[in-house]
Amino acid sequence: MDADIALILLQDGIVNGSIYALLALSLVLVFAVTRVIFIPQGEFVAYGALTYAALQEGRLPGSVWLLCGLGAAAALAGLVQQRHFLRAPAVLRLLAETLALPGAVLLAALWMAPRKLGVLPDALLTLAIVTPMAPYLYRLAFQPLAEASVLTLLIAAVGVHLALLGLGLVFFGPEGYRAVGFSDARVAVGPLVIPGQAFWIVGSTVALMAALYAFFGFTLAGKALRATAVNRLGARLVGIATSLSGRIAFVLAGGIGALSGVLIAPLTTVYYDSGFLIGLKGFVAAIIGGLVSYPAAALAAVLVGCVESFSSFYVSAFKEVIVFTVIIPVLLWRSLRSTGADEHE
Amino acid sequence: MRPRLSHAPSARWLPILLFALWLLVPLMPGVPSFWLTLANYAGIASVIAIGLVVLTGYGGMTSFAQATFMGFGAYATALLTTAYGVSPWLALPASLLASGVAALLIGAITLRLSGHYLALGTLAWAVSFYYVFGNLDLFGRNDGISGIPPLHFGAYALTSSRDYFWVVWTCVAVALVLTRNLLDSRPGRAIRALRGGAGAAVSFGVDLPRTRLLAFTYAAVLAGLAGWLYAHMQRSVNPTPFGLNASIEYLLMAVVGGAGALPGALLGAGLVTVVNDQLQDILPRLFGPRGNYETIVFGALLVLVLQTSPEGLWPHVRSWFRLPGGSNRRSIPDAPALPARPLPAPGAPVLQASHLRKTFGGLVAVNDLALHLDAGEIVGLIGPNGAGKSTTFNLLTGVARPTAGSMRFLGRDLAGCTPPRAACLGIARSFQHVKLVPGMSVLENVALGAHLRGLAGALRALLRLDRAEEAGLLAEAARQLDRVGLAEHADRPADSLALGQQRVVEIARALCLDPVLLLLDEPAAGLRHAEKAELAALLRRLRGEGVTILLVEHDMDFVMNLTDRLVVMEFGTLLAEGTAAEIRGNPAVIEAYLGSVA
Repeated sequence: MDADIALILLQDGIVNGSIYALLALSLVLVFAVTRVIFIPQGEFVAYGALTYAALQEGRLPGSVWLLCGLGAAAALAGLVQQRHFLRAPAVLRLLAETLALPGAVLLAALWMAPRKLGVLPDALLTLAIVTPMAPYLYRLAFQPLAEASVLTLLIAAVGVHLALLGLGLVFFGPEGYRAVGFSDARVAVGPLVIPGQAFWIVGSTVALMAALYAFFGFTLAGKALRATAVNRLGARLVGIATSLSGRIAFVLAGGIGALSGVLIAPLTTVYYDSGFLIGLKGFVAAIIGGLVSYPAAALAAVLVGCVESFSSFYVSAFKEVIVFTVIIPVLLWRSLRSTGADEHE
Repeated sequence: MRPRLSHAPSARWLPILLFALWLLVPLMPGVPSFWLTLANYAGIASVIAIGLVVLTGYGGMTSFAQATFMGFGAYATALLTTAYGVSPWLALPASLLASGVAALLIGAITLRLSGHYLALGTLAWAVSFYYVFGNLDLFGRNDGISGIPPLHFGAYALTSSRDYFWVVWTCVAVALVLTRNLLDSRPGRAIRALRGGAGAAVSFGVDLPRTRLLAFTYAAVLAGLAGWLYAHMQRSVNPTPFGLNASIEYLLMAVVGGAGALPGALLGAGLVTVVNDQLQDILPRLFGPRGNYETIVFGALLVLVLQTSPEGLWPHVRSWFRLPGGSNRRSIPDAPALPARPLPAPGAPVLQASHLRKTFGGLVAVNDLALHLDAGEIVGLIGPNGAGKSTTFNLLTGVARPTAGSMRFLGRDLAGCTPPRAACLGIARSFQHVKLVPGMSVLENVALGAHLRGLAGALRALLRLDRAEEAGLLAEAARQLDRVGLAEHADRPADSLALGQQRVVEIARALCLDPVLLLLDEPAAGLRHAEKAELAALLRRLRGEGVTILLVEHDMDFVMNLTDRLVVMEFGTLLAEGTAAEIRGNPAVIEAYLGSVA
C-alpha cells in the first residue's frame, strides 16, 4: 500500500469515525443519565437519512405518520401513568408535547415537502420529524422501567430496536436511498481530493461537541443532567425530576441520531435496516470509552472508523468481524481493571 | 431425622403424563403435518430456551449469542455429513463438541465481564460470527450448505414432520431431565448462587469463574443440540437463522415464558413460535404484504412483559392452575454424617494478626490492629459504627487484601489468601447484609455451605451419579438447620423468612463448612429476645465443641453475657481488650460510646 491509499483510507476513517463519535456521545449521554444502553440509536440514523432523502425528492416521508402515532401512544401512556394525580397544567403540557407538536410538524411537512425548499430547510424538518420520537419512546418503554436493572433495560432496548426496525420497513419500504450532499465543492490537499461533505460531517461533529460541552458546563438543564448521571437519588432529593432528565437525554439522543442520518445520507445508500450496524459501531466506541468518558469515546470512534476503512481495504469480507472483535480486548481490559464486583444488580 | 412427605404423587407424575400424551399427538387422526412442523420448531427453540433458563434465569448472565452457538452445532453436522459422509448420529457428538468448545473459548475471554458488559460482549460475538459464517468458503458463504442427509434408522429416513416430532421432543425431554439434574446438585447450587448470592458462594469455596463458564458452556451445548436438530430437519443451513435477530428471539422466549423456571422455557418457546407463525399469517392480510409486522409486535411484547411481568408468564400460569412450584418439597435423605475436620486443642492459638492495616485511599479503615484468637473461645469485636469491624472481617476472610501486616491461621500464613482458600482452611462467616440466594430453598442455601465437603462435578450431576454424596450434603444441611432451630422452614424459599431468621440461616450455612473459626457479623440483629437466648445457647454449645468464634455485635447485653473476651475498636484502632467487666469499666470505651463528660 502506498501513502496515497493510506491517506485516502485515513480520510475515510476520520469521516466515518466522526459519525460514530456523534453516536458514541449520545450513547454515553443516555447511559449516564438513564442507564439505558440505547440500542435503537441506529434506527434514528436510518430514520433521519431516509426522511431527509424523501424530503429532497419532494415526497412526504412516512416517518411523519410514525411520529404522530408514537406521539398519540405516548400521550395515552402519559395519561395512564399520571391517572392518579391528573392536573390541568400537567395534562396540557403532556398533550402539547405529544399531540400538538407532531400535529404542527405534520402540517409543516405537508406544506414543505412538495416545495423542495433546499438542503438546510429539509435538514431542519428532518430533525423536527425524527427527534421527538426518542422522548416518546422514553415515555412508552423506559420510564416505567426506570428502577429496573441495567440488564433489564438493555433487553427492553433490544425490544424497542426490534419494533423500530419493523416500523422502519413499514414506513420507508425496503428500497434504499441516497441523498444529495450539503456541498458539491471539492478541495484538493496534496494527493487528496476532499469532498465538501467531509468538512460538513467533521465540522458538525466538532460544533456539536462544543455545544454539548457548553450545555453541560454552563446551563441549568445540563447541570441537572450531570447530577442525574452521578446520583439519581441525590438528584431527586435536591429537586431534579429524573424523568425529565431522562426525556432531555432522549431528545438529545434522537436529535443526534437524526443529524447523523442527515450527514451520512449523501455518503452511502441507506436502507431501513442500515442503522443498526452504524449504531453498533458507535457502541463499540462508547464501550471503549467505558460508557462514561466523552472525549475517550470520541477518540475511540475515530479509531473505529479507521479500523473499519483499513480492514475494508485489506479483507473487506471480514470488515465487520474485525470492527466488532476490537471491542473484546477492550472489554477484557476494563473488566480486569475493575475491582471484582461480581454481584449483579 | 424422619423423611418428610415428598411431592404429592400427582405433581410428580403430571409432567411425565403430559409428555406421554404429547408424544401421542402425531398419532391422532387429522392432525395437519403443518402443525407438527410448527411443534418441531417450538421444540428446537425450547432446547435453546432451557439453556437460557440456566444461564440467565439461574446464572444471572444474559447472552445475545445463543443462535451463534446453535450455528456452531448446525454447521458442524452439515459439514461432516455432506463433505465427509459421516452419519448424522455420529455427527451429533461433534455438534455438541463444536458448540461446547466454542463456548469454552469465547467464555474464557468474555465471562470476566459482568452484567451488561457481558451481554454486550456476546452481542459483539454474535455479529462477528454472523459475518464469519457468511464469508467462509468452507461454509458455502451466504448460500450456506445444502443437501444435508436426514436422520435415519437403518434404511428408514426420518423425513416426515411426524417422525421428526418424536426426535425433537425426545431431545427436549432429555434436555429437561438433564437440566433438572444439574440444577438440583452441588454444581447446580453454585450456578444458582451466581444470581444474588455470588459474594456468599465464593466465601464457601465456590470457584465463581469456573461456575460461570460451566453455565455458559452448558447453555451453548444445548444450543448446539438445537443446531443439530435444526440442520437435519431443514436439510440445509445458511447464516440467517444463526444471526443476532434469532438470538434476540430466543432471549425473548425466555423472558416471556419466564427464565426463572424450566417450564417457562417451554411456555415461552411454544408461545413465541405459534404467535410468530400466526402473525406472519394474519398481519400481512390486515396491513398489506410490505413489512415484518411480527418484529414490531415482538419488540413491543418484549417491553410490555418486562414492564408488567418481569418474571415472565409462567408464574401466572402456575397460579392459575394452582400448580406446585417455587421451592420443591423434598424428603431429606438419611445419610451417614460427613467426616469432620479435627479441631485444635482448647487454648491452642488459632489466629494471630499483627500490625494489620487497611487503607482506602487516605482513609485508614484498620490501623495496625493486633488480634489473637485461641481455640474454643468466643471473642466479641465491638466498636462504634465505622470502627473497622466489618473491614477486619473482610481481611480475615480474604475478601479484602490488607495493605500491610501479617495474619497466621493455625500456623499458616494468610498472605494473599482468597475467600475460597479461607473457606478451605476452615474459616466460615456470616454477613452483615444477609447474602442468601433468594429463590432457593432454605435447605439448599444451607447446603451451599457444605460445597467444599463434596466433589461432584457437572458430569456426575447430569447423570445422577452424585446421589450418595448429594444425600450426605443435604443431610448435613438438614442437621445444621435443625441445630439452629429452623428445621421446619427447610423447604421455604430463603427470602420468605424474616430477616432475623435469615441471619440464623447464614449461621447454619457457616456451620455446614465444618469451621474451625466462625466469624459472625451481627448475628443477633433482628432477633426477638427468646431467639437471642437460643442463639447464645447455640454459640456456647459450639464453643464447648471446640469451635472458635469471633462476633461483631451491637447488642451489648448479648455480647457481655456471651463472650470470654472483648476487643474494642475505634477509627480502625484497637481501643481496649479484656473481659466484659474490664471493658465495662474502661474510661476510654465509655468515652468512645457515650462521648466525654466534659
